[in-house]
Amino acid sequence: MNFDFSDEQKQMRDEARKFLSEQCPPKAVREVLDGKAPYDKSLWKGLAEMGFLGVAIPEQFGGAGAGHLELCVIAEEMGRALAPVPFSSTVYLAAEAILIAGSDAQKQKWLPKIASGDAIGTLALFEGKGNPSPKAVKVTANGGVLNGVKKPVADGAIADFAVVAARTGSSGRESDISLFIVDLKGAGVEVKPLTNIDLTRGQAEITFKDAKAEPLGAAGEGWSVITQVLDRAAVLTAFEQVGGADRALEMGRDYALDRIAFGRPIGSFQAVKHMLADMYVSATLARSNCYYGAWALSTNAGELPEAAAAARISATQAFQHCAKNNIQVHGGMGFTWEFDCHMYYRRANAVALGLGSLSYWEDALIDRMRKKNAA
Amino acid sequence: MNFDDTPQEAEFRAVARKWIAANAPKEFEEELSKSSLGRIRLAKHNMVEVGKAWQKKKAEGGWACLHWPKEYGGRGATPIERVIWQQEEGVYGKLTQPFQIGEGMCGPTVMAWGSEEAKRRYLPKLAAGEEIWCQLFSEPSAGSDVAGLRTRAEKKGDNWVINGQKIWTSGAHYSDYGLLIARTDPNVPKHKGLTMFFLDMKSRGVEVRPIKQANGMQEFNEVYFTDVVIPDSQRLGAVGEGWSVSLTTLMNERMSIGARLATGVPEMFEFCSNLMLEDGLAIDDPAVRSKLASWAVKASGLKYTSYRAISALSKGERPGPENSIGKLVSGLMLQDIATYAMDLEGAAGSLTGTDEEQANGQFQQMLLSSPSMRIAGGTDEILRNIVAERVLGLPGDIRVDKDVPYNKIPTKGR
Repeated sequence: MNFDFSDEQKQMRDEARKFLSEQCPPKAVREVLDGKAPYDKSLWKGLAEMGFLGVAIPEQFGGAGAGHLELCVIAEEMGRALAPVPFSSTVYLAAEAILIAGSDAQKQKWLPKIASGDAIGTLALFEGKGNPSPKAVKVTANGGVLNGVKKPVADGAIADFAVVAARTGSSGRESDISLFIVDLKGAGVEVKPLTNIDLTRGQAEITFKDAKAEPLGAAGEGWSVITQVLDRAAVLTAFEQVGGADRALEMGRDYALDRIAFGRPIGSFQAVKHMLADMYVSATLARSNCYYGAWALSTNAGELPEAAAAARISATQAFQHCAKNNIQVHGGMGFTWEFDCHMYYRRANAVALGLGSLSYWEDALIDRMRKKNAA
Repeated sequence: MNFDDTPQEAEFRAVARKWIAANAPKEFEEELSKSSLGRIRLAKHNMVEVGKAWQKKKAEGGWACLHWPKEYGGRGATPIERVIWQQEEGVYGKLTQPFQIGEGMCGPTVMAWGSEEAKRRYLPKLAAGEEIWCQLFSEPSAGSDVAGLRTRAEKKGDNWVINGQKIWTSGAHYSDYGLLIARTDPNVPKHKGLTMFFLDMKSRGVEVRPIKQANGMQEFNEVYFTDVVIPDSQRLGAVGEGWSVSLTTLMNERMSIGARLATGVPEMFEFCSNLMLEDGLAIDDPAVRSKLASWAVKASGLKYTSYRAISALSKGERPGPENSIGKLVSGLMLQDIATYAMDLEGAAGSLTGTDEEQANGQFQQMLLSSPSMRIAGGTDEILRNIVAERVLGLPGDIRVDKDVPYNKIPTKGR
């Protein structure tokens, strides 16, 4: 059994960590946090130069052609560093949707631009409150144009294009939904930035008024593609979450070692130690579930739907738990703007919702386990 | 990343599988598979006798304590081969329960600290299940703080005379030998006045009394010592070095990888899939699904954590500290699952045995037994200390009795 990343993959993780610690220190994250820039453009360029944006994109489409295990280790580092760039929207969602459903021409058009950092993409799925559901899709597609409103769209205000889920039928079935690629700089598209709890990753409302749209994949196949994209993105995002959870745990541990109260390091009090031990337990369980997800993703195994849901749930819980208790370990200092704890707390709670909330994935996991048990 | 054996591992697995298929006591297979939670019981046979027969057969075939050197009754197998054997032994591994303390704790301690003569005399018989060993550490007033133990050992000529009491000794009533830690000097701080011995459990002055537990069962014992004589040749390590010796024992307790830890999740999944509530099946209720999913990812997290440790073994590396979380996660989970299963049944959830019709009282039994899962082999709190100190590098507790002579430490809270 070799249930671990290879030495080459670990080396890539180390490279990514080194690169991000130099190019994406907390100071850089704070530029976006404080609203001085919508995202870190120079970091984005640097990620492209390192080959990280196209790591899982085949060479024929301008990528490095490495694979999803390599993308997992980079995702972990992106989460650890709270990288304020549209990595997840572009790489896990838009690129994966095109890889799964795109025509050769669409792949040739978009994937090289993604790999080179020249195009930011996103997935426009949600329309107000609620979790992913074909019933919730009201945006219509008729005669090659879209009408309706998507919100929230992650990184919508900085994206060049979006993969949009739209209604092409009214049978009440999943086959009513089709996917389209829309140039967000084109006519009939209005983009309005929205405020959200994670100030290092933007959200937007996008209104389509007869906006020109190009079909992505076959008509009526949209929901099936969305499901696959969400499963893949769930694994990749879970690695980001584990990276964030680990960093929050480390911050808490370091503070507990340094901070003296009642004449001793606070990390010598069992109330604090046990809190940190529990954070370690959550992060460890999440990491192990993520490894299984990575295996399923990289081999396109039949177990992917179940593995993705388990990784997503476990990593969501771990990041929320670690980020929350990191503030608690820091006490009052943890509640200041100056300390970085709140950045992890914000990210943990925003990223918990982006692909569908915890309860959505819990529901999905039980369905998928039942399906497996019945088979 | 893959779940495949290396060619050498596959070959070893094939040999093990073939031997098990030819030799395992298949007449007990069904009964053993059914007992998934709690202690193993056989309806018509004595568990210890059946276990001894299986252990003896394994020893003859070279499959007992297989990570031990051959001269002490083992096979000289690698750590990964031991894991593969455990996987292949499957349900029959449950029969090894009476020997686990000996194989996992007493044997390694004798191996590390015993004389060559003692090792050759005792280890092969331990490995073959001919002689069963128990561990005599805990006392009524020394649980988590085991170094605070009171049992005295006084030197008389070439012998030691033991007086005192031990508690929570699994298998003392059927054990042949015991590993005993006792206080040889009460005038020095507690960790410094301890010495390790082993003794014949049939010695004069040893009295084993079963403990009736909170769950109504009797699985553990109290062991009383009245002027029990142990020859000095049965001392392990130097006088006053007992604490270091005991660390060998306890480290081995926590090292077991690929151990079969019950989580309660498969049982709970099945229960919820069949339990009809007022509005339908329990598993269709969003609140039930949410809890079930959270438990399921803990169970899968533990499973894949152990896979990571196995992978490290397979590469000849030392597994990381991740494996230490198993009991901490599963003990509390068993208790929570039991409580919730009963909650779903309403008033009928308080019934036990066959009076509880949904699952034959399985979760009620789990509820009553689960507190021990969170205490035995290191309480949840001690395990959190271990994770915090050894894994995260946090400072140890401030020990107010560290430099105080043992006989000056207060013995009453108020």
